[in-house]
Amino acid sequence: MFPFAFEWVNDASHFVFMGSVYSVLVLLMIILHYCGIRALLDWLCKKDQGHNNH
Amino acid sequence: MRFFTKFSELDSTLIPKGVKRCSFQCFLVWIGILHIPLMVGVVATLMCWGLALNVTYLNNNFPFGLWIAADLGIIALGAGAFFTGFLRYIVKIDELKSIVNFAVVVGVICYAAAQGILGVDIGQPLRGWFIFWHANVHSMLTEVAFCITCYFMVLCIEYLPLILENRQINKFGFPRGFAHHLHEAMPTIAAIGVFLSFFHQGSLGGVPGVLYGRPFAFREGFLVWPWTFFLFILSAIACGPCFTILITKITEFCARKKLVKKNVIDILARISGRMLVLYLVLKTIDTLYWVKVAGDVGAPFGSFYANQPYGIWVLITELGILGVIPAIILLSKKTRQNEPLLILACLLNCSGIFMNRWIMTVQTLVVPVMSFDKFVSYHPNWVEYASTLLWLWLGAIFISITYRYLPIFPQEKELNPL
Repeated sequence: MFPFAFEWVNDASHFVFMGSVYSVLVLLMIILHYCGIRALLDWLCKKDQGHNNH
Repeated sequence: MRFFTKFSELDSTLIPKGVKRCSFQCFLVWIGILHIPLMVGVVATLMCWGLALNVTYLNNNFPFGLWIAADLGIIALGAGAFFTGFLRYIVKIDELKSIVNFAVVVGVICYAAAQGILGVDIGQPLRGWFIFWHANVHSMLTEVAFCITCYFMVLCIEYLPLILENRQINKFGFPRGFAHHLHEAMPTIAAIGVFLSFFHQGSLGGVPGVLYGRPFAFREGFLVWPWTFFLFILSAIACGPCFTILITKITEFCARKKLVKKNVIDILARISGRMLVLYLVLKTIDTLYWVKVAGDVGAPFGSFYANQPYGIWVLITELGILGVIPAIILLSKKTRQNEPLLILACLLNCSGIFMNRWIMTVQTLVVPVMSFDKFVSYHPNWVEYASTLLWLWLGAIFISITYRYLPIFPQEKELNPL
């Protein structure tokens, strides 16, 4: 449910509940993109030599 | 035959370096055997979707039956993933790095199973998205649905580096770097997982706890959370690590080799034992307090256990046989390091959690609450059993494939030199 949906009500429950869900989703997207972009840059700049230590 | 030889060659190139696996033929036979009961489950699931839920023994008295009880149990068993991740990445118990990958694999299966079973239980999975779009933000079940979905995404992200570390994929620079940076971000991902797990494990307990028309399950609590909210979290983190140990031992038995060092198992078992003791103490206090409160308002203790098969033996079995006995075994170093006893303790602990979840869903509905209510019992039919057990077979296939092709046990090479 987005804030522009007809069922949306501007109350604390909706802000806390839906806000938490979207925060988690956005955070996961940021982490994935951050890791992906760094991996891409490392690969393009040939800095991926020390990546076998896990 | 040529195809088979080609696949066999491909298979050997995908197996991690420095470890031994069974032949490709053996592996195919094993996967084939698992497909037999799996197909029975698929038929049962298709029957539920095609012929609707009247092929089950669910009815208006029992809208919650085996599926919901199994769901709650599976989610509790999957808590090993978030709790091991919490201990490894946030508490920084480094020894657990040898088992945290496998805990994630078990977690992925458990949460996929929970969502799959729900997909059958709602009858019309095509309308599954309604809960996200038409969310009732005051419902604990909505919170559970959101948190389970998000946490499943977290588990998939935690599983992703394992796939990228496959021998063939890892040859390429980008996947190798991606896996490396995901590993670096793992403490943050684990923290998100802890946040989500805390709320959905708790809210699953909150659902029976807020049923004020059912004195057997209703509890007072702290702010909007009934005490069952906190008891469910505690019971999940007490049994989750035991389930991870149990599945590790089963995998070791099937692979006929040691995969994780004893000290790692011992740390998990010790923590699980302490958590179980804390849970049992709080659960006993909660039960005694509720016996007094419910008795004072006209719902005597005896009325909760008046109908067979839900007699007083249920309470004794849940807290005594499936609670106190595993706690004693897990607390003592001597018994914990005895492998058969450790497996027995894990088995009892995991059975205890399933029994608790069954009691909190099915027995809650069994106890009559009105003077004109009649006692009606419920037992699942083969369709419910088969569609639930389907996930057990799928899980076994998933673990078999993951174990064969991905480096999930970092100590395997050291423990089993070629």
